[in-house]
Amino acid sequence: MKIFNYLKSLTLKELFKGMTVTGKYFFKRKFTIRYPEEKTPKSDRFRGLHALRRYENGEERCIACKLCEAVCPALAITIDSEQREDGSRRTTKYEIDLFKCIYCGFCEESCPVDSIVLTDIHEFHFESEGKNVLDKTQLLEIGDMREKEIAECRNNDAEYR
Amino acid sequence: MIMEQIELIVWTLVKIVAIVLPLIIVVAYFTYAERRVIGFMQGRMGPNRVGLFGFKLWGLAQPFADTVKLLLKEIIFPANANKFLFLMAPVITLATAFAAWAVVPFSDGLVLADINAGLVYILAMTSLGVYGVIIAGWASNSKYAILGALRSAAQIVSYEIAMGFALVGVLIASGSLNLTEIVHSQAGGIGQWFFIPLLPLFVIYFISGVAETNRAPFDVAEGESEIVAGFHVEYSGAAFALFFLGEYANMIMISALTAIMFLGGWYSPFTGDSWIAQPSILWFFLKTGFFMLLYLWFRATFPRFRYDQIMRLGWKIFIPITIAWIMVVAVLKVYHIGPWFS
Repeated sequence: MKIFNYLKSLTLKELFKGMTVTGKYFFKRKFTIRYPEEKTPKSDRFRGLHALRRYENGEERCIACKLCEAVCPALAITIDSEQREDGSRRTTKYEIDLFKCIYCGFCEESCPVDSIVLTDIHEFHFESEGKNVLDKTQLLEIGDMREKEIAECRNNDAEYR
Repeated sequence: MIMEQIELIVWTLVKIVAIVLPLIIVVAYFTYAERRVIGFMQGRMGPNRVGLFGFKLWGLAQPFADTVKLLLKEIIFPANANKFLFLMAPVITLATAFAAWAVVPFSDGLVLADINAGLVYILAMTSLGVYGVIIAGWASNSKYAILGALRSAAQIVSYEIAMGFALVGVLIASGSLNLTEIVHSQAGGIGQWFFIPLLPLFVIYFISGVAETNRAPFDVAEGESEIVAGFHVEYSGAAFALFFLGEYANMIMISALTAIMFLGGWYSPFTGDSWIAQPSILWFFLKTGFFMLLYLWFRATFPRFRYDQIMRLGWKIFIPITIAWIMVVAVLKVYHIGPWFS
């Protein structure tokens, strides 16, 4: 039987078989996503860049309860607060260090007024030192810019919460 | 008298440039084709980004980007390396790879040097290439490089024998060492091509060619998992580019030679008087291109051989088969058996 195996290997049958397989794959559809032009769909729960939201009347939601600061496992959030002239408690400083942040989403979950949220922005970068710390105005700006998308994502996901 | 000499030299130089320049461009696009074809066979896209003037062109500018990158990079000399030999090695590899092209007939009469011992010259040139590999491995002062060079050298020398024997079969069949003559003796349609009477030699020649150029599945010389990149592990920048160029030029060389020796070079597979039956350089390019594609196809398909398996295949299988088939061919030739030897 050994001689038959030897003769069989001389026909290169198995090699041709393998080449047929790769040959077929050559013409098969490719599944590569050409990234910047094509993108995969994102979940409503996607945890990307942070934002601070406002109410519809323009009042900022954050009441400086500091729950997010307390829950943050990476200690990425720093908050200072003060009493505003109208008597309500507001933040004077709200900073997130994006190098420390692990994008776990605990801050969003802990927030009683849905102020701090994680948007679906994942394409961002920093061009100089120190830019990794987002301050309150920047966070509010992101929130103002993406309010529609943020509200939509929260709305879609609400019934599963 | 002197003017004639000068004219001859200039004319030869022009011919050399006319061969080498397209060859370099083909090498550049062969690397691109390799990445594309292997990518496609693995269900990927391959490089499809680099284009010109904002047009992507399926990544066709990729080889130029690669070339510019390699040429601009620094050539790093390893500590205690022999600088002269370190720089000579890629030059030897490239020079022998290019020199072998001198006797390749592209079409009837379209050959730089139509020498009578073309076959022997080719064997000599492809064998000399191994010196580049050994010197590179030794001059690098690196254990990975020397191990890769030893493997590579042993492999090239072993398969050289099987390759030589396979060419002896062609020699017997055609009765000439001149490559143009070899192609001429295959005139008259696909039935006259040598790959039919010499089928085992044809297969062995091409497989040995793959082994000789250290390509997958015989690329233990640069087995990334064991010895990083083999003999050229210490090379960078332009020196590495020369090795690359030499390797791919050799691959195209083997493809062209297989087309010449076994598939009738520039002859058409058809017979008759129609335009498709005319001998043409395009047939030669088509056949060469087919074998170049096979190189890539092999690489996408077969896993790397173990070193002892390579040696077993070369010494215990290929050499006995070639010797046996030389006998068969000799008998066929002497007694004029079959349509090829009548």
